[in-house]
Amino acid sequence: MLTALLVMVALALFLGLMLGYSALKFKVEGDPLVDRIDAILPQTQCGQCGFPGCKPYATAIAKGEADINQCPPGGDAGVHALADLLGVEYKPLNAEHGLPKPKSVAVIDENTCIGCTLCIQACPVDAILGAAKHMHTIIASECTGCELCLAPCPVDCISMQPIAETPDNWKWRYPVFAIKPEAPQIQKPQTA
Amino acid sequence: MSAITQLSRLFKFNGGVHPPENKLQSCALPIRRLPLPAKLVLPLRQHVGNLPKLRVAVGERVLKGQLLAEAEGTISAAVHAPTSGIIASIGEALIPHPSGLPDMCITLEPDGADEWLPHAPLDWRHADKQQLTESLRSSGIVGLGGAAFPSHIKLRADGTSGIDTLVINGAECEPYITCDDMLMRERAEEVVRGIEIAYYLLGAKQCLIGIEDNKPEAAAAMRAACDKSEYPLQVIVVPTIYPSGDARRLIHVLTGREIPSFKRSTDMGIQCFNVGTVQAIYRYFQFGEPTLSRIVTVTGNVAQAGNFDVLLGTPVTALLDAAGGALPDTNDYLMGGPMMGFSLPSAEVPVTKATNCIIAGAPKLFPEPEPAMPCIRCARCADACPVNLQPQELYWFAKSSNLEKARDYKLFDCIECGCCSYVCPSHIPLVQYYRFAKSEIISQDRAKQAADVARERNEFRLMRIEREKQERAQKHAQKAAGAKTEGSAAADGKTLEDAKKAAIEAAVARAQVQKAAVEPKNVSDLPPAVQSEIAEIDARRSDAALEVEKMQLKKTIDTNSVADGKGNEAVSQASPEPTAEK
Repeated sequence: MLTALLVMVALALFLGLMLGYSALKFKVEGDPLVDRIDAILPQTQCGQCGFPGCKPYATAIAKGEADINQCPPGGDAGVHALADLLGVEYKPLNAEHGLPKPKSVAVIDENTCIGCTLCIQACPVDAILGAAKHMHTIIASECTGCELCLAPCPVDCISMQPIAETPDNWKWRYPVFAIKPEAPQIQKPQTA
Repeated sequence: MSAITQLSRLFKFNGGVHPPENKLQSCALPIRRLPLPAKLVLPLRQHVGNLPKLRVAVGERVLKGQLLAEAEGTISAAVHAPTSGIIASIGEALIPHPSGLPDMCITLEPDGADEWLPHAPLDWRHADKQQLTESLRSSGIVGLGGAAFPSHIKLRADGTSGIDTLVINGAECEPYITCDDMLMRERAEEVVRGIEIAYYLLGAKQCLIGIEDNKPEAAAAMRAACDKSEYPLQVIVVPTIYPSGDARRLIHVLTGREIPSFKRSTDMGIQCFNVGTVQAIYRYFQFGEPTLSRIVTVTGNVAQAGNFDVLLGTPVTALLDAAGGALPDTNDYLMGGPMMGFSLPSAEVPVTKATNCIIAGAPKLFPEPEPAMPCIRCARCADACPVNLQPQELYWFAKSSNLEKARDYKLFDCIECGCCSYVCPSHIPLVQYYRFAKSEIISQDRAKQAADVARERNEFRLMRIEREKQERAQKHAQKAAGAKTEGSAAADGKTLEDAKKAAIEAAVARAQVQKAAVEPKNVSDLPPAVQSEIAEIDARRSDAALEVEKMQLKKTIDTNSVADGKGNEAVSQASPEPTAEK
């Protein structure tokens, strides 16, 4: 009886120590789930989800405080990917947070710009170049198309322009086959 | 007998098909030259890689062989003027691309003089190899087999290439195309001289020239030319099977070595060039001629099919006219062969470095494909695939947009040869699905990269804002501390006012000293003439200032009286300069 108890106690102690040791040794820094959700989000940093950026939204999803269908730039594919990752049911995009749009970049009308720097302060990815009382311009390759610079502009000189299709970014289309009327041979017996 | 022993040494790749060759139509006549067309349209994008940088302006007269656009970055190729003339325009025009989208092009109007820019041969045997490859960069030579990869990268002769085998691709396996065949028949000497240059630059130890057995005349001409060469060049006749002209397949057939999917042939010590490319290399070194023309097969539904030596930028219509014109029932123009080519958006597009063949299509040549039926998983495509892929699985994944899975099944090893579509009993356009899936994956990868950059920039911005906040807080804390010590000094006897006054006086004194120190040097001792000029300018300046003040005063009075409250005008009046200009 006593031996059995001792054995159990010793075993419990040993396993406890092992668990404690591995908890310290293999400790995971940060929340890997947040990073994995963040990797799926499109990093537009537009805030349409109601959070001040993609990372805060990812954190909210991980905590269960936000739904997976609040990201219009991620589109339907993004919701599917999040649903797969989190093992939840797919939901269509919530229209309250906006609708998906074709990818665009902001363009500053440089003749109208008064150099107020308000858009520079609003840009989440520092994609606007300029200084006070000097013309601003957008670094198109860095612009995520978040539209956050539109609202603060006092002279409305920023517009969103959809990215044009060029031979460089052109994609082969999904093969679709037009449904054609039946071949004329079949009609022949009728006329004959 | 020798042919038998040679064939026994060769290796066989899996699959492949035997489509009707249709090569005889276009190799009956010798290579012909085209009359100079009315205009040449030269797309900047004629190669794989970066767009070259423009070096000419509209209206400029250029000579034949003059650089129009310079290679930019590592993977890029230059564009030269194919004849002398005037640059008529630089802008978007239709290019031969499956998208049918316009791209940046230079339009050249020939003046008929065909006047050359002075050019000289390069003594490649005695020049520094490094310099030779450097100069190749400005030659505009790209792979003329159709891939259009810049050749100067493949000929990197920095001693680290480690190339032991040079493979020359004269297989030309695709139906209808005969441009390489005719080139080897008529200009075998030039091709062999070009091979010698490549052999020397790469420091190769053996050279294998692969020619399919349906081109006996070409093989004989090449053998005769190789016999005169001082290098050990071997012409090897390979069995005709599509797609033995693919570089990796040909290397496998000739050497028995298979190149792993994640490696290049150079990693295995093998380099492969098309016969047209080595001929262009020869022309460049022997005569100093950059790539200005290429041989194009014009065949299909035309009156007199044949091969033409065509200046780059020549419209396809001019080419068709030279071949006797397209027959009336022509409904499509293909660039490339029937297996891998694509429909041209219009017959007005120019010939580029990648244009090896133009086929006028008609329903009698290429009947409408039968409607696609469901896949019956017969695996005939897998038997035909020369890359040992599982096309039926790839089709499944591509069709359902299961892109990650398609990538796992090595979609990117697919060479889009079309063997699978050719044998499919259900007439499924398999290659179209693979192309769709490939470009979708590529665009997703690009979006992912852009997202990573955006994340990084956003994180940096947040970090910067946080850092600025901390710095500001620190400054405030320091100021507060300074005020405290001053406060304690005031308690020592002096009043706070006195301390402030003293500080201001000290600052004024400092400023005066500084002002005296930085007397501008260029006005110290000047001749009287210059001094009087300066005085005059100063007087004018003060007058102008008075004038501006007056006008501003007047303007403010005007606006007050009109009291027009438009936002935009208020903004323009907020800045004094435009007002003064008025």
